[in-house]
Amino acid sequence: MNSSQNLRPVLPLRRRSLIAWPLAAVASPALAQFRVEISGVGATQLPIAALKFRDEEKAPQPVGAIVRADLERSGLFRNVDGSGTVVDETSQPSMPEWRGRNADALVAGSVSRLADGRFDVRYRLWDVVKGADLGGQSYAVPAADLRLAAHRIADAVYERLTGEKGVFSTRIAYVTKGGGRHTLWVTDADGEGGQSALVSPEPIISPAWSPDGRELAYVSFEKRKAVVYVQDVGSGKRRTIADFRGSNSAPAWSPDGSQMALTLSREGGSQLYLMSRDGSNVRRFTQSGAIDTEATWSPDGKHIYFVSDRGGGPQIYRQAVSGGGAERITFGGSYNISPAVSPDGRLLAYISRDGGAFRLQVVELAGGTPRTLGNTADDESPSFAPNSRLIIYATRDGGRDVLMTTTADGRIKARLVATQADVREPVWGPFGR
Amino acid sequence: MNTLNRHHTPALALVVALVLAGCASGVKLDETPPVETRTPGAGSGAGAAGSGTSQSGVAAVDLTGKTDASAVGKIVYFDFDSFVVKDEYRGIVEGHAKMLAANRSKRVVIEGHADERGGREYNLALGQKRAEAVGRSLALLGVQDSQLESVSYGEERPAVTGSDEAAWAKNRRAELRDR
Repeated sequence: MNSSQNLRPVLPLRRRSLIAWPLAAVASPALAQFRVEISGVGATQLPIAALKFRDEEKAPQPVGAIVRADLERSGLFRNVDGSGTVVDETSQPSMPEWRGRNADALVAGSVSRLADGRFDVRYRLWDVVKGADLGGQSYAVPAADLRLAAHRIADAVYERLTGEKGVFSTRIAYVTKGGGRHTLWVTDADGEGGQSALVSPEPIISPAWSPDGRELAYVSFEKRKAVVYVQDVGSGKRRTIADFRGSNSAPAWSPDGSQMALTLSREGGSQLYLMSRDGSNVRRFTQSGAIDTEATWSPDGKHIYFVSDRGGGPQIYRQAVSGGGAERITFGGSYNISPAVSPDGRLLAYISRDGGAFRLQVVELAGGTPRTLGNTADDESPSFAPNSRLIIYATRDGGRDVLMTTTADGRIKARLVATQADVREPVWGPFGR
Repeated sequence: MNTLNRHHTPALALVVALVLAGCASGVKLDETPPVETRTPGAGSGAGAAGSGTSQSGVAAVDLTGKTDASAVGKIVYFDFDSFVVKDEYRGIVEGHAKMLAANRSKRVVIEGHADERGGREYNLALGQKRAEAVGRSLALLGVQDSQLESVSYGEERPAVTGSDEAAWAKNRRAELRDR
């Protein structure tokens, strides 16, 4: 952690979100847009007491509860009951007491209002087993970033205790359909704090985060055809990237954010093209008489994975950006689509049709047998978290579309159950908000 | 996004800014609590004091109220996994071809659709294939390419909701709409 004060220019305020933040009290689980249900038990779960932060009820967001839920959703932590005690980051808690409560770690903190109206959120983490104070941090944030501060604390705890980078402060985007409207949502990775980026009477599909997390590309049918737009998330400014003759879809950003791959029908059929991020310099990438679509880049930017039915049915292929032919990647089954490559380049996730069921699969790109991750039958649209450890996807449960996250090994799943309209097309945003 | 804005430093008497992104997050607890002294109105919008410069803001774009309620056009239905314009739809195709051949300034959009089974983007491409099949039939009957645009809605605009063959059959279609 950085010990020196980091001086960084303060960002000028962008257009404020149109969602009114609740002014009072704790948001109870019943009010949560998404209820989280977890299944599967990890090999080891670290018991942790993540306590209510002192005075969190006086702030618009229950910081301690958010930290607790984040850690639990990862599947790597089991929450220990810490009620009945008042601990904050200045306390000197009794380690024997917490060992007695079977906690291996303890997180506590406070939330205070600053003179300028922002909130000062502080936490400290203790290793109860070793009896060690692992330190803490403070964050000064506007009310709108209280959830973010809680997620950053959960990330810090997660990283300190597991050695891996947490994704709690990342965002996801997804689409809902209901009441004659289609909405593109941006939420925290826990599904909370949802804000709508686009509301339309016509369908929205295939959202894609830019690598810097500031923009979303998507396909909108507002012109009664598929057109690709790029929208700045903070300002709402939109630009048209592809509105060529016919359908324009499946936008995919290159890892450095300078290029996009997409599917265009401007020369007939559905073929892959590359273009600069501003829509210029369009050049054709695939030349087949078949359907080529759903491009996604390898993390090193050198290959594009895509779906093609040039062999009869849709399968996943890979082609070098620098040129050359396509190499077939999937061989099992007659219908394999929606490739997603993990950011560490190790894994390929995709959807495979098996009988009438569509199931999420993961395979190691270095070679191996594909493994079915889901126990559901209508999986769609897999997307990796930026730490490569989790996958979010859409599926159907009880007659409605829901979002699920799973660990990449398939063992721990969390269902983000939408209490509103059908949800689909989730995409996980990058690190570094 | 205007990247220049990122480097504007508002005129502040005391600048202690927090980095909430990347690897350096927050300030260590032992240091003085950060307080920002702000020049009123410097760089901020209509937010109240304390709303500050959020990293969580999402601006909403609302397109509702811009509905274009067009009448349903003529429909050609397709068999499963097929992109062949069947004989029973010859009449519709020929009727349109005559109209378009007689009037070169008239245009038609062919909207292709797929049933709900399978992936969205692949179904978008299947719908495109159906639209283009009808387009080719029209072209063979003398309609000029410039009078046609083939587009697809994939599975996004079903004519009939339902998860059985009866519904699916009604959704595998191409609709001809006069422009």
